[in-house]
Amino acid sequence: MFSLFKSKSETIVEQEPFPIWVNDLTVAYHRKPVLWDVDLTLPEGKLIAVVGPNGAGKSTLIKSILGLVPRATGDVRIYGRSYEAQRRLVGYVPQRESVDWDFPVSAADVVAMGLYGQIGWIKPVSRRHREQAVEELRKVGMEAYADRQISQLSGGQQQRVFLARALAQDARVYFMDEPFAGVDVATEKAIVALLKELKTAGKTCVVVHHDLQTVTAYFDHVVLLNMRVVAAGPVEEVFTEENLKKTYGGKLTLLSQALHKYAQQPVIGKGGTKGEHR
Amino acid sequence: MMPMPPTLSSLAGLRSALFATLLTLGWASIAHAGGLVGEHLQWPTLQELLRVLTLRDYNTRVVIVGTTLLGLAAGLTGTFLILRKRALLSDTLSHATLPGIALAFIVMTLLLGDGKHLIGLIAGAAIFAVLGTSSVLLIQRYSRLKNDAALGVVLSVYFGLGIAIMGIATRMASGNAAGLNSFIYGKTASMLFADALLIAITALLAGALCLLFFKEFSLICFDADFAATQGWPVARLDFFMMTLVVVVTVVGLQAVGLILVVALLIIPPSTARFWSRRLSVMLGLSAAFGAASGMIGAGISALMANLPAGAVIVLTAASLFFFSLVFGTTGGLLRMAMERFSLSRKVMRENLLRELYEWQESATQAGEIGSEPLPHAGPRLEELLPRRSWSAHSLKRGLRQMVRNRWMEATDSGRYLFTTAGLELARGVVRKHRLWEAYLITHADTAPGQVDWGADTIEHVLDERIIAELESRLPGLAPQKVPKSPHLLR
Repeated sequence: MFSLFKSKSETIVEQEPFPIWVNDLTVAYHRKPVLWDVDLTLPEGKLIAVVGPNGAGKSTLIKSILGLVPRATGDVRIYGRSYEAQRRLVGYVPQRESVDWDFPVSAADVVAMGLYGQIGWIKPVSRRHREQAVEELRKVGMEAYADRQISQLSGGQQQRVFLARALAQDARVYFMDEPFAGVDVATEKAIVALLKELKTAGKTCVVVHHDLQTVTAYFDHVVLLNMRVVAAGPVEEVFTEENLKKTYGGKLTLLSQALHKYAQQPVIGKGGTKGEHR
Repeated sequence: MMPMPPTLSSLAGLRSALFATLLTLGWASIAHAGGLVGEHLQWPTLQELLRVLTLRDYNTRVVIVGTTLLGLAAGLTGTFLILRKRALLSDTLSHATLPGIALAFIVMTLLLGDGKHLIGLIAGAAIFAVLGTSSVLLIQRYSRLKNDAALGVVLSVYFGLGIAIMGIATRMASGNAAGLNSFIYGKTASMLFADALLIAITALLAGALCLLFFKEFSLICFDADFAATQGWPVARLDFFMMTLVVVVTVVGLQAVGLILVVALLIIPPSTARFWSRRLSVMLGLSAAFGAASGMIGAGISALMANLPAGAVIVLTAASLFFFSLVFGTTGGLLRMAMERFSLSRKVMRENLLRELYEWQESATQAGEIGSEPLPHAGPRLEELLPRRSWSAHSLKRGLRQMVRNRWMEATDSGRYLFTTAGLELARGVVRKHRLWEAYLITHADTAPGQVDWGADTIEHVLDERIIAELESRLPGLAPQKVPKSPHLLR
């Protein structure tokens, strides 16, 4: 079972390229490892949940694939090529708390940001792009709020604005960081419907998820993560009690203790923080 | 909708404004203590006023045009600065320019004999502004210090270093260091045409670049990570943005001084936030506030020879800030107070209407609760008082309001009765209350004895849309004009 989804074989890259291929990825914050030797191959056109306890490195996995945090080691391919070469194929929904919602822009302005790459340097947002932004808002049921300043939206509505921005990117692979965190029922339904639509359109969605109850209902594939990949594959095969115990249980305490100790040592390797631009 | 709480940026603006106020108050009280106010604060004559207002003096003209454009440029670049949450970084970098100015002066004195070439001094300032900023970034990246500590350390160390080198510079035999202090406190009077020209060119350039890169700057200010995933060169754009800030800072040094130049960067955009929630409008307003501060401040300073322009410019900006803090349309204090006041009036009105209605309901006969109450035998004020936790004073005021609006009338015996209009209004209020009660019982599993309180707190904010939603969920109650109360009335 593991051989299909957890393989170090380089030949995979040669064949039909997978939307996401991660090999031997290790990430450290301030020399403290957060992800340890992650290997992943994720299939096309599936809804994939990334599940694991707090501090398991779920967000870090996405951010390191997107090049937002530096990799200590490892290689990431999107459809067989580096992320930098394939940006146009990738859409990103960051965690809602990662931005200041008091920022003086409207919902449509935020969605239009998803089109900036397409608009290019210096050129202003045209009427056509604005109309497209409103159209994306319609897909998440938010067109009535297009001109509303974002601080006046509820948490769920803000999340839907973020989703609409990612839709505007018109990508083939979507990475979503906790889109279900702290949202109302209406938004949860809207997100689920949207995910289904994306799947029908053949898109691949990697979603950091925290609610174990809904994994089976919402997703096809699951990646169980706790600093390393505990298991990855179709939900019905991988999402078992035993694997969950391995993911959430205390079996990894020794590893994390050792890693903590490692981090306390004087410099062993150079732990850069190149990607941190805050 | 709820008014926004004051933002971080407006707090930073507040801080600068308070600082400027204190500085000037301190200065004024010292002057007062010496009994100097009468002699040294000369009020302008009408003639002088006219001369300044019509910009007849060549010197005044140069100064006012220079500070106006400086304010404009600072307002534009400052907007992105505070949106990137870097207000205090600009404070640090402006203080870090001092050693650069002093060193440049010494080097030029040794090499050229005269150390007072503005371009050289500004170049020194710019180099140290960049050094100071990089020091902050290095400390943040490689030490355990938090941001505020890193900023504080760099600010004070560079400023101390600057004062020390300044001491050496002033004691140099060959150089004439008399004007160097103007970089600390600012001195517009010494502004030459060339200085004003430099400011003008910088301002136009900074303004043009801010408008040109409006989309890119706003993107990295709002969500730098997202920008990075799209392939925007975030670090380079950031550097570019900070370069604009450094340039505006160093050309403004001579006019406003390095302590106060940061105020010109922070206060105008903070002021603009109280008037608009649109970035483009905010940017324009910020530029306008900055320009107005520069113009009015320099004008006042030209009229009253003893008021230093830098301080007056900042105080003008601060006055605009405080005015906006109070009267601003987005999050202004007065607006927020008015919204609270009108809500409490509405709550009082709706509570009174319902109390009176329910009083009459139970008075008409316990057996026919819910039937149309006839307007007879209303309650007295003393009888209404114990029904809710309202004070006699506020109840009296509320009832007076009711009578004034012709919703109730008071009989000679002090009893309050509905008018036809008032009864109609009361039915609407009671209906809203009972719909919500029914909703709580059927949809939220609340015991009938508990729903009165639950509905009481929330009914005042129920709008048409929610009522329509309630009606669709309670088909049995929807057609009734006033549904029955699910619990016993008092």
